[in-house]
Parts: sequence; structure tokens; C-alpha cells
Amino acid sequence: MNGVHDMGGMQGFGPIDPEPEATEPLFHAPWERRVFALTLACGALGKWSLDKARFVRESMEPAHYLRSSYYEKWFEAVSKQLVETGLVTAEEMDGSAAPVAIAPGSARVLKAEVVDTVLAKGSPTTLAAAAPARFRVGDRVRARNVHPAGHTRAPRYVRGHAGEIVLHHGGHVFADASARGERRGEHLYTVRFMARDIWGPDAAGGDSVMVDLWEPHLEPA
Amino acid sequence: MHDDHPSNEHGHSHGHHHDHDHTEPPGELELRVRALESLLVEKGLVDPAALDLLIDRYEHQVGPRNGAAVVAKAWSDPDYLERLRTDATAAIAEFGFTGRQGEHMVVVENGPTTHNLVVCTLCSCYPWTVLGLPPAWYKSAPYRSRAVIDPRGVLAEFGTEVPADVEVRVWDSTSEMRYLVLPERPEGTEGWSEDQLATLVTRNSMIGVEKAKAPAEATS
Repeated sequence: MNGVHDMGGMQGFGPIDPEPEATEPLFHAPWERRVFALTLACGALGKWSLDKARFVRESMEPAHYLRSSYYEKWFEAVSKQLVETGLVTAEEMDGSAAPVAIAPGSARVLKAEVVDTVLAKGSPTTLAAAAPARFRVGDRVRARNVHPAGHTRAPRYVRGHAGEIVLHHGGHVFADASARGERRGEHLYTVRFMARDIWGPDAAGGDSVMVDLWEPHLEPA
Repeated sequence: MHDDHPSNEHGHSHGHHHDHDHTEPPGELELRVRALESLLVEKGLVDPAALDLLIDRYEHQVGPRNGAAVVAKAWSDPDYLERLRTDATAAIAEFGFTGRQGEHMVVVENGPTTHNLVVCTLCSCYPWTVLGLPPAWYKSAPYRSRAVIDPRGVLAEFGTEVPADVEVRVWDSTSEMRYLVLPERPEGTEGWSEDQLATLVTRNSMIGVEKAKAPAEATS
């Protein structure tokens, strides 16, 4: 989706103005802590993939997305997903109905005693692709000029541009399909695009942008 | 301070440095978050002790000191550096740093011809296992938009000058691969222990927006 989340190369957002590293707090308000933990705990229920969660965040109304801080986006998305997946009813969410407890054992609730194990394990995305790799390190490839309405991890700014495969990571869950609920492996590559090929003559000559792209994002150049 | 920029990461009326007055009544968002937590606990969908533990882990265990230990060892031990180059995920796991948002690690080395910078233009992907949770600026629209089109301007804002003949290489984290920058070892650190070296390794140097501290800055 050509959404406002796809920010690479946009202009006009002003300076970065970072807070000093030594004094920046990890969370900027107590509610941010809770949203962080709630999002992880709800994700562990296993009703949606990380790719789907990202798509829900980037599908927020564009002006709302731009106004919202990071954890506000997380909060809006997790609230929406809880209702969409039926874990919570719309009436429970808006307070017009009393909460009904789930049947014991009917959800994969993240218990405190397994938090460390779950974090240490993570969610590896390696998954064999159905076919051998079409490209090899050193090949010239072009990011396809396509504009899917759904989730995609091919940012707009590389589409139509040619680069060189510099890393082949093997098969990984294809994020674009995973966001639709289809879990399949595709070859994942890092493609090096010369900054001038993307941004034109104002970019510094030798500079480059490295972008991870899956095989369906690419064609031979 | 700069609330005129709509997507500054702290898009609230109180501006940048968050000297919250906690005697004020809670805002609407805070109330909604509390309501959601209560609802989910009452329904039995979340374990409140698990929430507290998740927060504790990222506030007290997982953070940029992890990455600093990795970098200091890479500076000190050529065999370890080689293992990092071959399989960064496994080499980092030697420290016990594994799992969420660090499942697939790649270490990118700064040197005399290359300066690496990491961003996630599409959301805010970040190597949690070695750096913890990302700083607000990393998640902000100004950084996400500019890092790929104007990396040298971004670096200048952090006080980092990269000579014209050094390639600035920006890594856009568009997959589940997570990138950790290995900054250059500062001069004048011969004979330093790994623990001493780690004090020079800042979070920002492992994102690539700054260089590692010089020995003279070590205590600052």
C-alpha cells in the first residue's frame, strides 16, 4: 500500500532533533510501558502475525498515523485486532457490555513463567522456498514497478530501480503474503542500490542504500 | 518545541523533554490504555505478571550494553570478529543475546572506506537483542524519511562528518534481518580491556549515526 508509513525519501518533516542518548528515558509516559507489554502479550495469543500487525498499523487513517506516536499506533492497532479476531467484542471494547471471561485453556495466554523463554526464542522467519534461488550474489536486479494495495515490504523509493544482489539470506517467510494470512517461504536478498540511481545527481557519488527484498519483488535487470 | 512537525515521535502538546506533571489528571489515551488492560485481565487474555515482566526485561536487562559487549569483543578478539562475520546471530548468541527482534542478525563494519547507517523507513525495525528498544528519534518521521535520501545531512545533525571518499551505506531494515553497526575502534585504546572498550561504545554508534567515543570522552 502506498501509505504514509512508507516514508523513505519523503521531505518536509523537519529536523530529527534527537534527545541526548544519556538522558533519554526508555518510555516517555507510564502508559507507553503498558502498551508495549500489552502488544507483546496479545501478539503471543497467536491470532495474527507480526506482518498483519504492521499492516494494521500502516492502515490507520493517514492523518491519524502522522499525528500518533509509536506506542499510540501500537495501541490503536492492537485494539482493532482484538476486536477483528473476536478475542474481544466491540461492546466489551467500548464498555457497553460487561467483560466475559474466556473459557479456561481456550487461548494461548502468555504466562509470566514463560516470558523469558518466549523472548529468548523469538520468532525466526527462516522458511524454505519452494523453488531454487533465481538470483545469485552479484546479479543485477530491478525492483518491480508494482503498487499492491495490501502490505508490502518493498518500499516505493526503490521500485523501478536497478541494483546488485549483495547478500542471499535463503528462504524467509514472505511478509507481503504473511500479512494476508498466507505463510510461505521466498528467497530473501539484500540489494544494493546506488544512491544516485535512486535520488539523482544530488546524491553523493559512492553512497548506496541496502534494501532487503524477497524474490517476488525482483526481476532481472 | 517542534510540535509543528506533525509526526514528531512525541506528538503531544507538552513537547520534547517530557517533564510530565504527574499531578495532572490522566489524559484520554492513558485512560483508554488502562481500560484495555483491565478488560484483557478480566477476560483472562493477559497475565498481569507477564506484562510486568516484559517491561522489566526491556527496562533492566535488554539494552545497548549488550551490543557494546559484542562490539568490544569484536575489537579485541580476531577469532570472534571472524565468527561475527560468518554468522552474527550465532556469535551474538554466545553472550546469551537471542530471540525477539534479533532472530537474524547481520553485523556491518565501519572502516576507512565505508560508513554504515541503519534505518527502518517502513516502521521502526531495530535489533532489540543487542540495542534494546529504539529511541524516539529512530521511530520519528524525520529520521525514517531522511536517512535514505539525505544520510549525510542526518549524520551532520548528529555531529558526524563522513569524508566524501567514504561510502555511506544505509541499511533499510525491510525484512526480519536486523543490522548492527560495528563502529571503528577508536585510536589510543591499545591494551584496553573489553570492559574498558565497551564504555566507548554508544547506542548511537551501533546504529551508525555517530562514531564510538574517543578515550578522552569516555567518562562523559
